[in-house]
Amino acid sequence: MLNQYPSWKYVLLLIVIVFGSIYALPNIYGSDPAIQISATRNNIVDSEVESKALEVLKNGNINLRRSVLDDSGLLLRFDGVEQQLKAADGLRDALGDNYTVALNLAPATPSWLRSMNALPMYLGLDLRGGLHFLMEVDTELVLRQAMESNANDIRGALRKKKIRYLSVRDNKEQVTVKLRSVELRDKAMSAVRSELNDLQLNDYEEAGAYYFSAKLKKTALVTLKKSALQQNVTTLRNRVNELGVAEPVIQQQGDNRIVIQLPGIQDSARAKRILSATATLEFRLVDVNVSPQDAIEGRVPPTARLYRDREGQPVVLKKRLIITGDRITNASSGFDSESSSPMVSITLDGAGARIMAQTTKKNLKKPMAVVFIEHKESSKIVNGKRERVTRKVEEVINVATIQGVFSKRFQITGLDDGNEARNLALLLRAGALAAPIRIIEERTIGPSLGADNIAQGLNSVVIGMICVLFFMLFWYRGFGLVANVALVVNLILIVAVLSMLQATLTLPGIAGIVLTVGMAVDANVLIFERIREEIAIGNTPQASIHAGYDKALSTIMDANITTLIAAVVLYIFGTGPIKGFAITLSIGIVTSMFTAIMGTRAVINLSVGGKKIKKLSI
Amino acid sequence: MQIFKKTPSFDFMAKRKIALAFSALLIIASISSLVMKGLSFGLDFTGGTLIEVAYPQSADLNKIRNRLTTAGFGDAVVQNFGSSKDVLVRLAPREHTSSQSLGDKILSALKEDDSDVVMRRQEFVGPQVGDELRDDGGLAMLIALAFILVYVMARFEYRFALGSIAALIHDVIITMGVFSFFQFDFDLTVLAAVLAVIGYSLNDTIVVFDRIRENFRLMRKQEPGAIVNASLNQTLSRTMMTSITTLIVVLAMFFLGGELIHGFAIALIIGILVGTYSSIYVASSMVITLKITAESMMPVKKEGEEQEDQYKEGEYVD
Repeated sequence: MLNQYPSWKYVLLLIVIVFGSIYALPNIYGSDPAIQISATRNNIVDSEVESKALEVLKNGNINLRRSVLDDSGLLLRFDGVEQQLKAADGLRDALGDNYTVALNLAPATPSWLRSMNALPMYLGLDLRGGLHFLMEVDTELVLRQAMESNANDIRGALRKKKIRYLSVRDNKEQVTVKLRSVELRDKAMSAVRSELNDLQLNDYEEAGAYYFSAKLKKTALVTLKKSALQQNVTTLRNRVNELGVAEPVIQQQGDNRIVIQLPGIQDSARAKRILSATATLEFRLVDVNVSPQDAIEGRVPPTARLYRDREGQPVVLKKRLIITGDRITNASSGFDSESSSPMVSITLDGAGARIMAQTTKKNLKKPMAVVFIEHKESSKIVNGKRERVTRKVEEVINVATIQGVFSKRFQITGLDDGNEARNLALLLRAGALAAPIRIIEERTIGPSLGADNIAQGLNSVVIGMICVLFFMLFWYRGFGLVANVALVVNLILIVAVLSMLQATLTLPGIAGIVLTVGMAVDANVLIFERIREEIAIGNTPQASIHAGYDKALSTIMDANITTLIAAVVLYIFGTGPIKGFAITLSIGIVTSMFTAIMGTRAVINLSVGGKKIKKLSI
Repeated sequence: MQIFKKTPSFDFMAKRKIALAFSALLIIASISSLVMKGLSFGLDFTGGTLIEVAYPQSADLNKIRNRLTTAGFGDAVVQNFGSSKDVLVRLAPREHTSSQSLGDKILSALKEDDSDVVMRRQEFVGPQVGDELRDDGGLAMLIALAFILVYVMARFEYRFALGSIAALIHDVIITMGVFSFFQFDFDLTVLAAVLAVIGYSLNDTIVVFDRIRENFRLMRKQEPGAIVNASLNQTLSRTMMTSITTLIVVLAMFFLGGELIHGFAIALIIGILVGTYSSIYVASSMVITLKITAESMMPVKKEGEEQEDQYKEGEYVD
């Protein structure tokens, strides 16, 4: 008997449709504008915080839809974006530094769906609004710093072996050591080799002097760059968490780039300042034996260095470092109770606390300085071309006499204003960047544009689809209806797959769905036209259906596979929005083959298969 | 409902010389426009800063321009975007260090005149990123073409592969030519659309080729020209149907999808029209020009099989 499917095919189709419908369902419920309150270090979000937040909302006359307190924090849902933004401002003021208040789009998925892990599609920034950054890591500076420290290590190694050298110089590529004789050079090279095995040594002679150069080995170079990038990713992640963003994306891209996406964030200026800031602190003792005047005139002992404070006054500090910002585990800003000047209170880790205790004990009544280090970017003209240069700026922000022994907790003052104190505290909490970063691409999408994009995208999908449905029905009658069912199922499946993969849906992604709707009927058109041809040459309806599907199959396959190739290449080489388009197009091609071939055949087999019919509605 | 009551019998191939001349003309026009006018690359490819703002009422562009000139942005391009209330400000890449914050500065300058102005979108693309995006885009296109060539060659035969690639290049050049001629913005989404056109046009071409291959096996006595003609006629109503349904949705996108997707929709509309035409005239006539024979269409013979249906090469002389 022609045109009968074995029952397993019907069962398979049924399972796919039911499964697809369930996973597509969360998208119907949409999302609520919400605020996520989470705790920074050493704090918890409890019912006390909840009642405080509710009071803020009540005072501000803001209508709350629902509030949920769980392990990840407090989630407040609102009726609209305006209320959400108003609430966020109020909550930030009320809760202060210890809690982060992040804007969020919380899916309004019912719990029975959530228990099955069914979530709505993940919307891209162009649909939900937010900030996108592409940052480049300045690995040059990392190399320069690495060579600087290598030069120091080489000096140390030579001194330890008591080998006298004429000079040790470094640039960003290599360290050059100058020695008096070949014997000394051989000795020096073996000393360096035994101590520093990341270096590649080369000897040469020039103008009667003996030199050897030390370069980083290739593998060491790669690891160095990689770890700098890795550390930057980690630091940026910490900073983003401090900024308070729900569902941020922080990804490494290529050799020296980092992509950051912050949905819901609108204040791009602050985000940029915080993300690209390289500020950190160092604590050093003041060298009281050297007068600043001598230092200005160049008489600085090798153990000391000349610094300037914010007013430009010279301060001589000891080269030996007490601790750096890395030892700081927590920092929060506030105002000093006595002088009411802005301050940052700092908590050190165990090792830092021990060092600090020892230092302050030994140096009671002596002055200690806090150095604020920042990388600033400027451009200068080199060989007629403008080049960007990052410059390390070191400023003494505070010199204070050690009044008593302190270790784990203390405060620093001397900051310009409360804002600087707040940002410094944030940066100290999040850690320093291993290398300065530069924003090379930035996109901000306002929330109103995001909402418009969704509405317009949805509109064009729905209207386009309705037009195609009518057209197919008009043209192919009964068979058109079958194709329409397949088309609707196809759309459900695309949405389901996108939801399950949690792939990012972008505006071009929606365009991909629209395009798929238009092209998905192609398979059915091919089949139906074939069936018509078969009928025209006088075959029976049943034989025509059978032959139509049969003959059209290889054509459909060829046509779709070539389009799939284009889509996959697009995915591999495309960036951002293009990837979104490639994903929906690829998914659409695969699901449309399934529904247009197997789906329509099943319906046709069920309705006319095996029956005696004279005429087909085609 | 049917477009053609019976299978039509247009003699497509008789007019292929005219079509060839027409295509050549279009391509020459497109290339000269591309060479002389170039593409009006969007921010994605040129780098620079862009900010889209919305006013509560119709915006006075001249006032905005004056305000920006006094703020030191005399080179800013100010235009309406979609409606009279939406305004787009574009700046070429600058050598300043603070180029990232240009958008913020423009916004605050605009707020001095009208505090109700709302930021809709703000983009900054470094010049280096722009160059890379352009190179990657071009590379993606070439690689897609190469893969498709290999696939069609494996599934069909080199003459078909060349025919389909010729059609694709034809479509891409003309689509880009139209963008160049009218100086429409060519950005990343338009590039995606051009690649979608490649997929679409190929789809069309493959369907026709499939039929030609099938008919070469069925209608062995016929000459290639007649076979190609028959194949084109048999697939004509399908070609029209698919083009129409795809055009319907793309038009929906054009009219309803908003300003950001406009360029994308335009590229697809052009691509669908040109692609439909090219699968008939460029791809198929290329196959004839390359002297396709029935023999090259036969399934590969197994060894020892009888060689009864031998076909002489070059049976069909143009």
